[in-house]
Amino acid sequence: MIEQKITDPASIFSREGRSKLFITGSEAVREAIKRANVDMAIAYPITPQSESMHLVGDIYAEGYLKDYFRGENEFAVMSAVAGASMGGVRVFTATGGPGTLRAFEMFSTWAGSRLPIVCAFLTRGVNSPLTIQPDTIEMAYLLDTGMIMLHAENAQDLYDMLLKAFVVAEKTEVHIPVGVFADGFFVTHTRDYVEVAAAEFKLPPYNPYSAPVPVMDMENVPIRQMRDPFVMKSNFVSYATHASWQQEVMAAAERARPYIHRYLDGLLEVETPGADILIVASGTAVSQSREARAMAAAEGTEVGLVKIKCLRPFPAAEIQQITRNCKAVIVPEFNRVGWLCREIKAVVENNGKVIGAPRVFGGMTMPPELILDQIRRCKA
Amino acid sequence: MQQKTFIRMSGLGGQGVVTAAHILGDAATRSGLVSTVNPFFGAEKRLAPAESYVRISSEPIFERGEVLFPNIIMIFHPHVITLGKCYTMPFFDGLQRQGKIIVNADNPLALGEDDLERLRRLEAALYYIPATQVAMEVGGTDLSTNIAMLGALLGISALVGDTALQEALAERFGGGKFVASGTTAALDDVLKSKYAKLAQLIEKNMAVVEKARRSTQVYPI
Repeated sequence: MIEQKITDPASIFSREGRSKLFITGSEAVREAIKRANVDMAIAYPITPQSESMHLVGDIYAEGYLKDYFRGENEFAVMSAVAGASMGGVRVFTATGGPGTLRAFEMFSTWAGSRLPIVCAFLTRGVNSPLTIQPDTIEMAYLLDTGMIMLHAENAQDLYDMLLKAFVVAEKTEVHIPVGVFADGFFVTHTRDYVEVAAAEFKLPPYNPYSAPVPVMDMENVPIRQMRDPFVMKSNFVSYATHASWQQEVMAAAERARPYIHRYLDGLLEVETPGADILIVASGTAVSQSREARAMAAAEGTEVGLVKIKCLRPFPAAEIQQITRNCKAVIVPEFNRVGWLCREIKAVVENNGKVIGAPRVFGGMTMPPELILDQIRRCKA
Repeated sequence: MQQKTFIRMSGLGGQGVVTAAHILGDAATRSGLVSTVNPFFGAEKRLAPAESYVRISSEPIFERGEVLFPNIIMIFHPHVITLGKCYTMPFFDGLQRQGKIIVNADNPLALGEDDLERLRRLEAALYYIPATQVAMEVGGTDLSTNIAMLGALLGISALVGDTALQEALAERFGGGKFVASGTTAALDDVLKSKYAKLAQLIEKNMAVVEKARRSTQVYPI
């Protein structure tokens, strides 16, 4: 194993003393996992995620991880990851698009089992005809699995969010999985600047006894958890147990809010909140919106920008307050269904002012000019 | 005022379109500029359309994805034009006013009068370079076609310095530092076996750059 010094998470998260690399998003995943004190990673390749987990395999070979293997398929990987986490180790994996859908049952299982797994979702289209290109539709399906969902704008976010995800996920009162999402190709395959902490330091190890549920050990062997679960019996107690447990998982995500505030500096970021026209976006759509905003400013139109970093828990109160006095809310998205627009419409007062456009999907690029068109329409 | 150059590289899978973009982007950052690089391709296979995009600027760049309105278009293979192996039709779609096009072809292609008229109206400049021929003659392998295309680019626009390019080449082929897909890694190994030593590889590629820079011809339109 490579010798690394354990340090306070705050010093790894600090922007001081970092070095600047010109790397791809996949390489940013490697740099994060190198410093995350991950015990084990399990991989199954799918474009655009393949390079990320390949690189995690490389750092396993260099001695940064204790174990790494390739599963039979995504469902097997997500199941094996659950086993590893139940066994008390810090575990990482990544997938995207069709891989996400193939493994789907396990995401709710992770949350229900209170497993603090961190998974990178490097998103890709899942519709037919087949595409390997970026599209965020899988996020629509994952909104209600019980996991915390962070959406990275770029490789820098991806690096930072992955490291912070472990710390948030493993808090006793949280202790549920965190999905860190980044748009395939736009982030994974794009070479950009990323500032990273010194590689000689790593996060403190996971303490399995921080779990709010019985830990598997010699006193609590797996067979006891599987043999006598309440929910195997159809009676009042089992129904009540199930119902209260579902609410407890949702409550765990709510209890993550203060930690997301502390480590990610809030669930969202706002620029020019008082503007009449606001763009609300997450992921790569934020980057495209920054260009559109600059173009609008050159035409003399001031536009505000809300970057949503955390989708679960959802920053409902924040968005309601920020959008209260504006005249229009533009929600650009990289998917067909407009799941973010639905989320926004559910919390904005007078939600007729929410514009679900532009929307591109199936791997298309979103030219900033399309967002600018929407801004001009709001002015007209 | 922000100085932006947006470049679109169109070619065929296996020609090093993506690699050329990464090398150029790396060289740009080594020249003190800001750059982002990203590729676009379908399931990897040889001779399928592949594109990559390089944005170079003096200011931070936020925009992601395809370059829809390039200043410079680099066509790595005549089939991009003649067989439409391209993500955009025609191949110069979105070219900005007074933009530049570099085509890898031994002889000028027979472009239609409509296309030529549109290029004239855009005040575009069209250049030809026998990049594959230069790569074979000077580099001893057609795998250096992409490097010849970079040479041609520097011949028409001093975007990055020679030293920066040399360093970027060394970074790219200098060892296990760079991430490539399985197919690209295999091509890299072939390339490294063509040249006995890394130093020789860099030197030969720089010779390819130099020759290509001088072999680029403007085509009156």
